[in-house]
This record gives sequence, structure tokens and C-alpha cells, in this order.
Amino acid sequence: MSARLDARIPGGPIAEKWDRHKFEMKLVNPANKRKHTILVVGSGLAGASAAASRAALGYQGKCFCFQDSPRRAHSIAAQGGINAAKNYQNDGDSVYRLFYDTVKGGDFRSREANVYRLAQTSLNIIDQCVAQGVPFAREYGGLLANRSFGGAQVSRTFYARGQTGQQLLLGAYQALERQVGLGHLRMYPRTEMLDLVLIDGRARGIVVRDLVTGEVTSHAADVVVLATGGYGNVFYLSTNAKGSNCTAIWRAYKRGAGFANPCFTQIHPTCIPQSGEHQSKLTLMSESLRNDGRVWVPKQKGDARPPNQIPEAERDYYLERKYPSFGNLSPRDIASRAAKEVCDEGRGVGPGGRGVYLDFADAIKRLGEHTIRERYGNLFEMYERITAENPYRVPMRIYPAVHYTMGGLWVDYNLMSTIPGLHVAGEANFSDHGANRLGASALMQGLADGYFVIPYTVGDYIGSTKLERVDASHPAFTDAERAVSERTATLLAIEGKRTVDSFHRELGKVMWDYCGMARNETGLTHALEIIPQIRDEFWRNVDVPGSAAELNQALEKAGRVADFLELGELICRDALERRESCGAHFREEFETPDGEALRDDAHFSHVAVWQYRGENQTPERLEEPLEFENVHLSQRSYK
Amino acid sequence: MKFTLHVWRQAGPTAAGAFSTYEATDISGDMSFLEMMDAVNESLIERGEQPVAFDHDCREGICGMCGMMINGIAHGPMRATATCQLFMRHFTDGDAIYIEPWRARAFPVIKDLVVDRSAFDRVIAAGGYITAPTGGARDANTILVSKSDADDAMDAAACIGCGACVAACPNGSASLFAGAKIAHLGVLPQGQAERRQRVLRMIAQMDEEAFGGCTWHGECHEACPKAISLDVIARMNGDYLRALWTTHEEKQEQGAG
Amino acid sequence: MAGSRAQASLGVGRVHRARLFWQSTVGKKIVMSVTGLIMVGFVLLHMIGNLQLFESAARLNAYSHFLHHTINELLWLVRIVLLVSVVLHIVAAAQLTRIDRAARPVGYRKQDRQAATVASRSMRWGGVAIALFVIFHLLHLTTGTIQPVPYAPGDVYANVVGGFRVWWVTLIYVLAMIALGLHIFHGAWSSIRTLGVSRPRPEPTRRPVATLLAVVLWAGFSIVPLAVFFGWVR
Repeated sequence: MSARLDARIPGGPIAEKWDRHKFEMKLVNPANKRKHTILVVGSGLAGASAAASRAALGYQGKCFCFQDSPRRAHSIAAQGGINAAKNYQNDGDSVYRLFYDTVKGGDFRSREANVYRLAQTSLNIIDQCVAQGVPFAREYGGLLANRSFGGAQVSRTFYARGQTGQQLLLGAYQALERQVGLGHLRMYPRTEMLDLVLIDGRARGIVVRDLVTGEVTSHAADVVVLATGGYGNVFYLSTNAKGSNCTAIWRAYKRGAGFANPCFTQIHPTCIPQSGEHQSKLTLMSESLRNDGRVWVPKQKGDARPPNQIPEAERDYYLERKYPSFGNLSPRDIASRAAKEVCDEGRGVGPGGRGVYLDFADAIKRLGEHTIRERYGNLFEMYERITAENPYRVPMRIYPAVHYTMGGLWVDYNLMSTIPGLHVAGEANFSDHGANRLGASALMQGLADGYFVIPYTVGDYIGSTKLERVDASHPAFTDAERAVSERTATLLAIEGKRTVDSFHRELGKVMWDYCGMARNETGLTHALEIIPQIRDEFWRNVDVPGSAAELNQALEKAGRVADFLELGELICRDALERRESCGAHFREEFETPDGEALRDDAHFSHVAVWQYRGENQTPERLEEPLEFENVHLSQRSYK
Repeated sequence: MKFTLHVWRQAGPTAAGAFSTYEATDISGDMSFLEMMDAVNESLIERGEQPVAFDHDCREGICGMCGMMINGIAHGPMRATATCQLFMRHFTDGDAIYIEPWRARAFPVIKDLVVDRSAFDRVIAAGGYITAPTGGARDANTILVSKSDADDAMDAAACIGCGACVAACPNGSASLFAGAKIAHLGVLPQGQAERRQRVLRMIAQMDEEAFGGCTWHGECHEACPKAISLDVIARMNGDYLRALWTTHEEKQEQGAG
Repeated sequence: MAGSRAQASLGVGRVHRARLFWQSTVGKKIVMSVTGLIMVGFVLLHMIGNLQLFESAARLNAYSHFLHHTINELLWLVRIVLLVSVVLHIVAAAQLTRIDRAARPVGYRKQDRQAATVASRSMRWGGVAIALFVIFHLLHLTTGTIQPVPYAPGDVYANVVGGFRVWWVTLIYVLAMIALGLHIFHGAWSSIRTLGVSRPRPEPTRRPVATLLAVVLWAGFSIVPLAVFFGWVR
């Protein structure tokens, strides 16, 4: 194992690691906390909760987001729920079971110690959120309600209608705004991080661009926390917000932070299919729909009859057929791939044949339309708004779409990257989900990182590190600022013929075709040839109108797409090098006789960490071996 | 389909603005309003003109970042729908569409259709929260919340902070926005300790930000993408009266740190 | 710092509290609600008094005598309360109008109203119209300054019946009562909500009580000049 990848997992039995570690951590004298500045980039669940928690501890804090308000971060769009091992339903849940399910669901490509801590802190998250006033669903007796979600056999998911992410984020946002009001934290909305600044090998600040005035400035600090979300938009069409981007973590990568498992990108099975070329994003329908909906396609190829005219005997409920014990609740990667298979066989439905039915007719018969409306009313409305079809009458059409990226910057047990002082939280890091994330676990991880891990580990870093005072006049900052301004000027000066979006679409298509739900060596090799060509053309022929000294949305996009064009290549390279199938990473060469993912634990039971080595250099692939002491490595089976 | 767009263009906060006219051609009914704007912007860039700046992010109706006045209606003609969830099939081929930014003194225009809504954040910062420092919370199920209270709280908490209520209100009032947060937190048992100071502070901040007052036109509710009920405003006023009546002099002027 | 003013302003002493109340838009609206409801109560009594006209001239004049002589002190008290209410109502309305107008310095090209009613949109001008009418009414029937027909002090019946035979007097009264009805249709409903004492309802804009009140007041006041004008009362 490379010395650069010391995960610093504390010793002792897994259930005691975190408590022991918390005790062993260095504390910072309350009077000294004021003297330390912590920057948080991103204001989603992880960022807002981290910023609010640490400002409350007394550190000087600054928080940055590119949206006009921290409340807009894309965590807000999460619908289904948040897991916690509360076992309020007395159905056999426990911290250990949540831990076990998460490791297994991630197809044994995550770090046991981290996942165990996640399951432990899940308990505190629910308490914390309820205290903040998150209006979770309740039973008539006033206790919290739960549902089972996304392939779990226990009811451990807490939810607030179909807006759980929104409510959790607003809770964190309100806590953050409270700190802003008290003057403990300064918020910088409409501000984008464009570079990370290292001094003596440590992260000591960032360079940002004010998106309204275009001004490029620096912020010096003792610790930088990136909570900038995932990079699903590398596929152009995804369920991410339009603004979601990889720029912050990509610039950190180019400053030396290791990038772990970039090819682990999750395709969510229940999204509304694409309706045409104009499509700008894909909309997710909560996975909770699969609790009551049945997925099917016609048995016959090219069956063009409307769904209600296809008799029961000529329908293929393929998830129930292939996975009798989990059926329609099979994990996301499995459900997505199964949908792709039936569509590849020519049995897909809707325009272009890229869709499968999600049918509520049986559920409505069994439970009544009223109950279905109560459970999914807002989702059905959203579906009808977008497609102009009434899902109470006609089955929904769904198709998988890029949703979440398990990969991200490599972090150790303290959520610190390979650059000392640079911490990474939430979807931006790679830590807890292995090769596939289970439903309702993203919210859990974001809040666990932000509320309950980062506040401790950042204190430990500050307490155990001698940090010289630096300010933004240090040459490292002025150099970085200059580089950022030059890059902006270059983009504006190209004055080519093609819009930024056209390049983004082109990249997205390559990524989806060759590095989407199923991948193979030929396709990936091909993608690795084309992506540099697209990138090359981008830097010769992109047309970015306007100037640098104003609100310039085309310029913002251009900078982000330029980074995606580099990241896309790394994703394909990682997918090519991981010669096995695991979780969401499905290599067609490596499958079991009945078409399931075939892991190669002998060679790939590790985290692949990519280290940047300079422009036009192939990055170095490092490995952090994964050891499974508690969960027995096994072939995942949901049959 | 084809549309004639009259779009408010304004180069910067202090620049004078005016309508510019653009043709949107080859528009499909399955396109969202923002996708139609994307298409117009693509063609503007190809013609060497500046694209129209507008705010948007999630495009699934929840982040609250998008919002335009479409033919004089905030978020356009569909009820309970944010601009990003408005589809072109609801317009008639050949329509002329006027597009303006939210207009309010508290929401100054930054550029074209982009406005500064940071006043909302400051209203929340003034008191729109429950103080619950990380780590000190008791077990979640020790706080009982009746289902109907939880439902009421959720109805109010659905606010996405888009600002359509202010934009639609003839008085530029933020009462629906502030009322929604006050109702959300005030219905729940967890929110009782700060209930009085919350309403006093938020209303003071709302006035400070130069929002207008409520005269019960009801335009805000009609414009709201989440159809938040006018009842939250009545509730806010009731809380305000009660708070003013019962709040005692604080021992020290330290706020509630 | 953002929010700090609002946070610091919470040391609430009694004087400070009153100032805080009056300074806030919500406080001013509450003042308008309370004063508005006082005036609604007054006009309701006033209307009931008027309707005695239909009984007999003597009855009406006796009622007037009762007000002016038997409970003269109480009448003055009512007049003072009314005057204070009117002044507060108008001052608050004027200030709020200024604040509301300032809240939107640049208007829309054309705003397509979705919910506002004629009543809600005419509150300001309607209020001004009612104020002007009240002045006219006082000059006509209380002080006798405006004399469409010669004024007979003490003979209310004669003054009323004489005045309303003149077409333009009746017209002014009838138009003013339309303004009053609309003002109350919106004002009575919204006052209750401004005071925060309304129960949450699925359709908060439904207002059966306010509608009934507005119709009764409009009809009860308009019937007098119309009855005189058309000769049903001589």
C-alpha cells in the first residue's frame, strides 16, 4: 500500500473504533478556535451542516455556493427518505444490520470502518433533524413513521412526504443562517471556487470568482472542506441540477488530491424517459414508487399496443421473474441493468423504445386510489406535468438515468484527502457507498459527514498541526489568481463556432454510450480516443460570448465543461482498468452465466486512487486494499 | 411550434432595461419553458449575440432558483407550477410571450431576468430557525407530534423560497414566505420556545428589507408553486400580536445566542 | 451584519413595544383592522337607526332627540372614538400605501391578476371616496352646510326626505354605498385574518359573513335614499 494512502483506521473492534478515535483526537482550546478559519465550499446537506456545526463551535467560518442562496443546493431534490438504524418498528433493524446492508449493497467496495460509523451516526442524525423541526411523517399516535425503501427488508427510512431532501436541507440551511445572523459565519452565494491553494504541501485556501461581478479573489484558511457534490453531469443528461459540477474537486485533484473510483457512477432505475433532443435534464421519480408499482414490458418485441390492451399473459414482469425474493425492490444497479436489457431486446416502450412500464393498476385495485394518492400524490402530479399522461390511468414509463456518483476525492477515516488540510464531505468524497449506493443513504451520509464527523476531525487536524499564519497576499494565492484569470481569458478569446452546450452534449453521449450502464474494453478504449479529440476541439472552437467582468452564465458553463472533458477521460480510464464487474460498474466481459455482476476479489478488492501527474500525462493508479473482517465477502444475490 | 418572445434585457443592476424581441422557432410541446429559453439562447450565441441570463438549477421544481414573470403571471399560467415545470404544450402556437424579471425593491435586478433574493436569506437568519446545536438532541421519538400537526407543518414547510409571492403581490410583500416559515416552526412542539422572538424578528427584518405589507389580495397563493395557504399569514399575524403582548423585557440585549 | 438589527431589537419595553408595533407593517395593518372593525360596528348601528325612517317621522326624530339630548355625553364619546379610528385608519393606510408602492419601484408591463378582486383592488381609492363622502354627508345632514333644500335643525326626517328628493344627492349616496359595500366585503374579511383570529380553512378566500355584512349594509343604507327618491316615503 502506498504511504500516500494511509486510511488511518483506528484500531479495535469495529463497534468501538469511532468512540475510541473521538477520545484520542486532539481538542482545540475554545479561545483558540476563534483564531482558526475554516472554509466550506458547497452548501448542501454536507456543506451546510458542517459549516453550521463548526461555526457553532466557535471557529471562524466562511461558506461558498454558486447558487443565489445556500438553500438551493441539489440535496434539496432528494425525494424518498433518509435511513437510520433506529429500529422504531421493531422489525429486526440494528446498527450492525444497516452497516451490513450498506457494505453488501456497495458490492464490497467500501471501507468497513467508515460504513460502520455511518450506521452509528445515523441514529444521531434523526434526533438532530427532529430537534431542528424537520417535519418527518408521523403515525397517528405522534411517533415517527417509517417505510422500507430501495431494497431494504426492514422499515428504516424516515421521510417527509416526497420532499425529504428539501426538509433536511432546510433544517441545515436554517442552522447555517442562524450562524450567519449571529455573525459567526459569512456566506458567499453566487461564488464559485476555481482553485485550491497549497502552501508547504497543505491546503491553505481557495481562489473564487464572484459570479456577479466576475472579480477573482482569494480566501486564506487553516482548513478547506469541499462539499461540492457529485459529478453526474459529466453525462450531460442526469438527474443532477444544471449547475452541479466537478470543478472544485477537479481543481483539487489537479493540485494533488487523489481521485478514488471515478467509474462508480450510479444509474437510477426510475426516471422519466427522455422526450427529445432538446432535453436538458432528466427527472427522477422516487424509488419509493417501486414499493407499490410493478415493472413490466410486453413479452413480444416491438409490441406497439397501448399498455391497457396488452393482456396479463403477454406482459413480462421481468424483475419479479428474475429476482423473486426482492422483485420490484431489487437494488438500483440491478433494476437499471434489467431495464436496459429488455430495451436492448427491443421490448422497450414509449418513444424510441427506451422505457419500461411502472404500473400501479394492481396497487390501486388493492389499496384504492385514495391511498395511492396519499402516498405518491406529488410524484404522480410531477409525472403528469412533465409527460401529460395520467399515471392513475396509464402506467408510468420509466427509464434509468445517471443519478449519483459513488466515486470522488479519496479520503481517509477523518475525511481528509491526500492533501493535508483538505477535507471532503458528502457526495464529493468516495467514502461510504462502495460500488453502489442504497436508496436513502445519500442524505444519511451527507449529514453524517457534516454534522458528526467533520466537526471532530477538523478539530483534531487543527489541534495536532502547527499552522503558520498565512493570508491571501502570499505568492501562492496571487499565482493561482493569475492562472484562474488567464484561463478565463483564454476561454473568452477562442471565439469559435460551437456553443458550450453542444460540446457538453457530445461528451455526454460518449460517456453514456461507452461508460454508462454496461461497459466493455472496446467501447472504453474508443471513448479514450474520442474524448481528447472533443476536448481538443473545445479549446479551439468553443464560442463563449460576453466578458469576464459580469454575470456570464456561458462562461461559468464553459469552465465546468472544460473540467468535465478531463474528468470524463479519467472515468473511462478507471472503468477500463477495473477488470471486473461490481455494483454499478458492469463490465460485459465479467458476468456470471445468468448475467449478474462478477467480482474479482482476488485482484480488485481495493479502492483505485488516481494521482494527477501533469498535463497530458497518464495519471498514476494507486490502490488502497480493502479488508473485510466483519462482513463476509459473498456474491450479491437478490434472487 | 413558434413563439414571439418579448424579453426584458438589462445589462446590469444600474443599467436601463428594455424589452427585446426574439423568435423561438421549432419548439416542441414536450419542452419545458426553460428548455425553450435554452434553445433561444443557443441561437443567440450562434448569431453572436448575448444570451439571456436567467436563474435555474434543479429543473424539477424544488430548488426555487428559477422564476420569471410570464405574460404578467409569476411562473406563468399553470397553477402551482414553477417555471421549470411549465411545459410549452400549455401555450398556443404563434403566441406572443412577455417575459420579465421579478420586480421588487427588495429583489434588485442583477442582469436580464436574474434578481438578487438574498433578502429572503436575511429574513431566515433573523429568526427562521429552531436553535438546536449539533449533538445535543434527545431521542427523536421522545417528541410526539400529532399527525395533523406534522401535516400542517409540512404544508407550510414546502415553500421553495422562489420569490413568486413577492413578485405577484401588488405590494411586493413577503408575508407568504415569512408566514410559511413561522407556521412550519410554530406548529411543531420543538418550535415553541422561540416562537415569540421568531415572529418579532422575522417581521422586523422583512420590513427592514423594504418588502410591502399584506392587503390580502391573495395573489401570492395563486402564484406559489407549492400553493401555500393564505392561512399562514393569518397565523403569522396572530403570533405577532400574541408575541408583542406577552414578550417581557429581556435581561440583556444579547439576542438569543 | 445581516439580521443583527432584527435580533438586537428584541429588548421590549412598554414604550419600545408600542413603537415597534406602530413601525411594523403588520402592526399598522392590525391598527387598520381594529379601527376598521370599530367603524363597521358604527355603520351597522347607524343603519339600524336609519331604518326607523320607515316607521314614522316622529320615531326618527325621537331617536335623534334621544341621541343628542338623552345620551349626549355617550354620543360625544362615540364621536371621539370614531374620530380617532378614522384618523388612525387613514394615517396607517397612507403610510402603508407609501411603503407598498416603494416596495415595487419598477412595475410590470402588464400584470395579469389571478386572485385579486375588484374589492381588494379598490380598497385605497374606495377608502378615499368613502372619506370624501363622509365629509359630504356630515356637511349635508349634521351641520347643514350643504343645503339642497333648506335645512331644518332638529327635524331629521324633513332634512332626509327633502335632500333625497334631489337626484344628485341620491346618486352620491347610492354610489358611496357601493364603495362602502365593496370596502367592507374585503375589509371585514381581511381584518379578521390580519388579527390572526381566523381558523385555518381549505378555502381561506371564502367569506360568507363578510359577504352578508357587505350586502346588508349596502342594501340597508341604499334603501333610504332610493325609497325617498322614488316616492315610497313621503
